Amino acid sequence: MTIPTPQAATVVEVEDAKLQSTAGPSTSKAGDGRSPGKMAWLRFKRDRTGMISAYVVIFFFVIAVCAPLIAKLYGKDPYTTYGQNDTSLLDEFGSPMLPNGGISGDFWFGIEPGLGRDVFTFLLYGIRNSLLIAAATTLLVTVLGIAIGITAGYLGGKTDYLVGRVIDILLAFPSTLFFIAFWPVVLSILVPPDENTPVWLTVVSLITVMTALGWASIARLLRGEVLALREREFVEAAKVTGSSPARIIFKELLPNLWTPILIQATLALPAFVTAEAGLAFLGVGLTDPTPDWGVMIQRGSDVYQSDITFMLFPGVTMVIFVIAFNLLGDSVRDALDPKTKR
Amino acid sequence: MFRFLIRRAIGALVILLIISAITFVLFYVAPRDPARVACGKVCTPETLALVKRNLGISDPLPVQYWHWLQAVFVGRDYSSFGHCPAPCLGYSFHNREPVLGTILDRLPTTLSLSVGSAVVFVVFGVGTGMLAAVKQGKALDKVASSASLIFSSMQIYIVGVIAMYYLADQWHILSRPKDVPFAESPSAWFSGLLLPWLVLALIFTANYTRMTRSQLVESLNEDYVRTARAKGLSRRTVFFRFAWRGAMGPIVTIFGLDIGLLLGGAIITEKTFGLHGIGALSVKAVYDNDLPLILGVVLIAAAAIVVFNIIVDAVYALIDPRVRLA
Repeated sequence: MTIPTPQAATVVEVEDAKLQSTAGPSTSKAGDGRSPGKMAWLRFKRDRTGMISAYVVIFFFVIAVCAPLIAKLYGKDPYTTYGQNDTSLLDEFGSPMLPNGGISGDFWFGIEPGLGRDVFTFLLYGIRNSLLIAAATTLLVTVLGIAIGITAGYLGGKTDYLVGRVIDILLAFPSTLFFIAFWPVVLSILVPPDENTPVWLTVVSLITVMTALGWASIARLLRGEVLALREREFVEAAKVTGSSPARIIFKELLPNLWTPILIQATLALPAFVTAEAGLAFLGVGLTDPTPDWGVMIQRGSDVYQSDITFMLFPGVTMVIFVIAFNLLGDSVRDALDPKTKR
Repeated sequence: MFRFLIRRAIGALVILLIISAITFVLFYVAPRDPARVACGKVCTPETLALVKRNLGISDPLPVQYWHWLQAVFVGRDYSSFGHCPAPCLGYSFHNREPVLGTILDRLPTTLSLSVGSAVVFVVFGVGTGMLAAVKQGKALDKVASSASLIFSSMQIYIVGVIAMYYLADQWHILSRPKDVPFAESPSAWFSGLLLPWLVLALIFTANYTRMTRSQLVESLNEDYVRTARAKGLSRRTVFFRFAWRGAMGPIVTIFGLDIGLLLGGAIITEKTFGLHGIGALSVKAVYDNDLPLILGVVLIAAAAIVVFNIIVDAVYALIDPRVRLA
C-alpha cells in the first residue's frame, strides 16, 4: 500500500479537471466528439426493432403505474365478484354465458369463470404487482451482484476464493425446488403460525428469497470483468498515484462496468417476471385473491378446458411483454457494445 | 484428465455435502415441531411416537445430520423399518418407504421426458442453427433468428396449456399427455409424451439455434478454417471436421446445463402436463413436510447439475484441442 503524497493527489485532480474542460466544449459542438453515451443513444434510435420494443415495454410500465386510475375510469375493481352478484353473467357450471369468455361492452376482456371477477382489471393489477416484484428484485440483485462481484474481483485472494465457492454452491442449487421448500420456512419465522400472512409480507419475503438465490450469476460475471480491468494500465496508474480503493472502484472500475451491468439487468427483469409467475403457477408466492400475472395463469390452467379465453389474456400479454423486453435487451446490447457479435 | 476428474469429483462431493447440510438446517430452523411436521397432516399418537424415535429428535442437530450422512455411505438400521442398505437416503415418513426407492420409481418418467425432449431440441436447434449460419443474411437465416427469439421468450406453463387445449382437446392432432411406462406399451409411451416433448423442445430449441448460428459464424471466419479450405479440402469436410468442431464447445456447455436441470426434475413442466416424475414428487414432498424425501430430491437434483457440469468440462476439452483442463 503506498501512502498518497500531496503531489500525487493534485496530479490526479489536474488530470480530471483537464479532462472535464476538454469534454465540456466538445460535446456542445454538434458532430465530432460525441460522448459514448450519446453515440449509444444514436445507435439505439436507428434500431427500429429496439424502438418498437421500447415503446411496448414503456406501455406495460405505464399501465402498471396507472392501474388504479385506469380501473377508476373503467369503473370496476379486481376483487368484486360481478358474476356472483349478477346471475345473468355465469351459467350454472360457472362458465361465462357469452361466448369468448364473456367479452362484452361492460367486460372488455370477459369475466372469470367461477367467481366472476372482471378479467381486465384483474390483469391490470396483476401486471402491476408482477412488475413491481420483478423490478424490485432486479434492482436488489443488481446492487448485490455489483457489490459482491466487485469486492471479490478487486480484493482477490482469499475473499475471491470464498465468494467463488459460495457462487458455485448457489448455482448448483435446484433453485425452484429450493424456493418452494424454504419460502414457507422464511414465512413461518416472520409470521406466527395461527395468523394470516399480510400480502406485503408475502411480497417482501418473495423478493428477499428471489434475491438471495439470484445474485450469483451477475456477481460472477462482474468478478470476471473486474479481474480483467484490475490489470489494466489506468487502474495501475490510479494505484501508483495513491488513489484510495473507494476511488478506484467508483471512478475507475464502475464506469467501465455499466455496459455489462445494464445488459444483465435488462435480461434479468423478464426472467424474474417469468420466475415469479412460475412460482405462483406452482402455488407458492402470491395466491389467489391477490391479482398477479402468475396467479391468473394458474387459475387459467385450472379452467382452460371450459374457458380458454381466461388463459389467453394473461398468457399472451406475458409472452408479448417478455419478447419485447428481450428484444429491447438485445438492442441495448447492440447500442452499448457494437463490437460484440451475437 | 484423470487428475482433473478426481479433483472435480471431490469438489462436487463437497458442494453436495454443503447443500444437504443447508437443507437439513433450514428444515429445522422453522419454529415448528419437526416430528409433528414429519408425521404428516393426519397424525395418530402412535405414528408420532414412531416418527420421533426414527428422526432421533432428541439428538442435537449435528448428531442427526451425522446419522443421516452415515446412512448414505454405510446404510442404517431402523428399529421399525429394518435395515436400509448402503446408499440409504432414509425413510419417507409420509409414505413409510425408503426414499431412494420412491425416487427410483419416478425416475423413468423424468428420464423419458428429459431425454426425449433433448433429442428433439438438439436435432432441431443445431440443425436450424447450421442452416442459418450457412445461409447467413438470407431469408432463411432471418426467419430462423427471429423465430428463435420469439420462442425462447415463451413459458412452458403458458404454451403447454394452450397447446394442450388446441392440439389435444380441440383439433385432436396429438393425444393428451400421459405417462405410460415404456415396457408396458412403447407406442402409448411415445404418444403420451409427444406433446410435452414438442412443447419443451419448442422453447429450448431457440437457444440452440441462436448459439449454433453465432458460434458457427464465428468459427467459419477463423484462420484454421481458411487454411483448411486453402489446402483444398472439400467444403463438407471443412464444415463438419473443422468449423463445427470448433463451434461445438459452448453448445455442449449449455446442453449439459439444460439436461442437468431437466433431470433434476422439471417441476413446472410436470405440473403443466400432469406427469408424475421427480419434479412432481418434490412438490409433494414439500407439501407433506417430508424431510427425508425433500433431502433426497434436493440432493438428486443438485447432483444432476453438478455431475453434468463436470461432464461438460471434460467433453469440452475432448472436442476442442484449444482448451486445456486447468
